[in-house]
Amino acid sequence: MVEFWEGYALPTIMIVAQIMVIVGPLLIAVAYLTLAERKVIGAMQLRKGPNVVGPFGALQPFADAVKLMMKETILPSGSNKIIFIMAPMLTFILSLVAWAVIPFGEGLVVSDINVGILYLFAISSLGVYGVIMAGWASNSKYPFIGALRSAAQMVSYEVSMGLVIITVLLCVGSLNLSDIVMAQKGDYGLLNWYAFPLLPMFVIFFISILAETNRSPFDLPEGESEIVAGFMVEYSSMSFALFFLGEYANMILMSAMAAILFLGGWLPPLDIAPLNWIPGPVWFSLKIAMVLFCFLWVRATFPRFRYDQLMRLGWKVFLPFSLLWVFLTAGVLISFDLLPVAQ
Amino acid sequence: MKNPVRSLLLTELLSGMALTLKYFFKPKVTLNYPYEKGPISPRFRGEHALRRYPNGEERCIACKLCEAICPAQAITIEAEPRDDGSRRTTRYDIDMTKCIYCGFCQEACPVDAIVEGPNFEFATETREELFYNKDKLLENGDRWETEIAQNIALDTPYR
Repeated sequence: MVEFWEGYALPTIMIVAQIMVIVGPLLIAVAYLTLAERKVIGAMQLRKGPNVVGPFGALQPFADAVKLMMKETILPSGSNKIIFIMAPMLTFILSLVAWAVIPFGEGLVVSDINVGILYLFAISSLGVYGVIMAGWASNSKYPFIGALRSAAQMVSYEVSMGLVIITVLLCVGSLNLSDIVMAQKGDYGLLNWYAFPLLPMFVIFFISILAETNRSPFDLPEGESEIVAGFMVEYSSMSFALFFLGEYANMILMSAMAAILFLGGWLPPLDIAPLNWIPGPVWFSLKIAMVLFCFLWVRATFPRFRYDQLMRLGWKVFLPFSLLWVFLTAGVLISFDLLPVAQ
Repeated sequence: MKNPVRSLLLTELLSGMALTLKYFFKPKVTLNYPYEKGPISPRFRGEHALRRYPNGEERCIACKLCEAICPAQAITIEAEPRDDGSRRTTRYDIDMTKCIYCGFCQEACPVDAIVEGPNFEFATETREELFYNKDKLLENGDRWETEIAQNIALDTPYR
């Protein structure tokens, strides 16, 4: 009995507790990200945004959630029911499992694996399956077009994203996310973060994650004005809500990735007295929030790309440019003997 | 050579984002509608009302000019002499679902009896409630008389 308790039950409880500690705040963050989006875009259009439900509209996300849950789940008669139901679940699950390797602070990580960045990259690439499955299973025109667009778009931008990550990895010499953050710790505070020495890569990475999460101006898979809502056309009620949650959780995940790779993760901007009293997770969330604000800011500013422009940008601008930068970085590191030594 | 450099430095994208950021901090123009309302011109053509003279006598003399001019034919009037010999309507109906709020009726009226008041919040739950009869219109006139009289006074110099 003791063996069972210490061997299985206790670790399981510990893991479930850790998951709860991460997923709970994450879902609340997702809820408030939808509110923040409406508020920020409203403000940029000289509107106030939702301000009726609760103080300053603070309860609006929950009102929306209740509304979605009350709605009827519609299964189109021509659809492949199993895949149709699985697709939103897949999107949602994938957006949550990636958080296992994200370090929130020094040692604050569920599983500190040594190929964390690869895991993250793999999971975010799998995200496209949710969209393709949804579009295919719906057995309907617009979802199908949306799914095709999404597949091509995500594949294109992953290439340049991969090269950007390689550039960072060249500078770090490790695939462990905690190591990547610690490599950005230095005497110059925030000037040591890779966002500054690798600024062009940071810009490419930011634009690529916009495309990767199907956000405006790359929201062609949804393309409200052309293909209604793309792959989500046939979805309603909770299955729609899962897509919605998955998309926003993915945005937060990608922002976390940007914060870890380029903005020094949980490190304070300057390692001096009042700033390093603030715990790491707070800095980390602040950086994520900053990147997320840029997501919303971009959405409020730019119109949607045309499809050929999207492909041109991905293959003919980002790919050669990031490839060039990989060579440049590698060349500088080798010629000035700055290559990180293997521990 | 100029254009590739500019597009590589994202100057246009960044200036666009600077603009939206500037707007982000500007004062907002939202009106919290049911609690705040925008200003309305004295010429605003809203819900109809039949007015009375200060002594309580109704103004309408059943000349039927409004009925004749109404382009949507929303007005129906029946009239016969009252016991004291004055000519008055026995029926004055406006179908508010037909009305196009052109204001011709108030322009045609020689005694300023039918007017379009400042009220625009008269949505109803049933269609039948929008078939206004004489009682409803006179009641509107009594309720909105202050505002209507003020609007007519304000607009008089311009007509």
